[in-house]
Amino acid sequence: MTLREIKEILQAEVLTGEEFLDREPSSACGSDLLSDVLAFTKENSVLLTGLTNSQVIRTAEMSDIIGVIFVRGKRPDNYAIELATIKKIPLLATRLPMYESCGRLYLRGLRGCSEL
Amino acid sequence: MNEDKVLMEIERKIMGGDFQSAGDVSSELKKVLQQVGFPPSFNRRVVIAAYEAEMNVVIHAYRGVFTTKIYEDRVHIEVNDQGPGIPDLELAFQEGYSTAPPHIREMGFGAGYGLSNMRRCSDKLEIDTRVGEGTKVIMDFFLNSDK
Repeated sequence: MTLREIKEILQAEVLTGEEFLDREPSSACGSDLLSDVLAFTKENSVLLTGLTNSQVIRTAEMSDIIGVIFVRGKRPDNYAIELATIKKIPLLATRLPMYESCGRLYLRGLRGCSEL
Repeated sequence: MNEDKVLMEIERKIMGGDFQSAGDVSSELKKVLQQVGFPPSFNRRVVIAAYEAEMNVVIHAYRGVFTTKIYEDRVHIEVNDQGPGIPDLELAFQEGYSTAPPHIREMGFGAGYGLSNMRRCSDKLEIDTRVGEGTKVIMDFFLNSDK
């Protein structure tokens, strides 16, 4: 599943990184705890989160996460978007809440990080 | 082992409470490690541990110095901070235990996984802490380790 397909499934808006939507994550992680993300995600994942500060982008950068999806209508601040643009990390925003977002992606075959 | 040549040494200052710049040191380190040509899986565990250590200084200390030495077959990191120190190190290593204040938790940190993440990602971790003075974190990462 590509980020472009994820965008369709979650009816998401692209905040930055339109040119990277052909990336294909091998798994996904949904979390509002950055230490959990650092501890348990695999590289080449996407992160679904309700956190919007720039440390989310830093965490994605350090963990080799290839895209971040903000759930339940949350939007990161301009600094976070700018940082993601520099780090070439595409950002999507969906109005769907966390559970529904993860559920829709899982139903379509995107596995969790612990299942790899 | 102690005779081997340092390919590069980087020293950076970290300011406590500066969340805007938090992560800059680890981000730069990631770039350098990529340039040196270490494998991505190795770089990933080094920068995750580095980032946890860097965030610990930003969250808990007043200021710190982050030193990295890169060798052909390993990376050595020392983080020295002036700060409150850690009164009970064993407790601090316990997953889920954290002294981070609410505004840090709102950012997604302070879940109490920082030290255990650092231990998991590194091949060697030493912590020397003095209450009221500060904390020194030393981490080693070996290229040929099976982590």
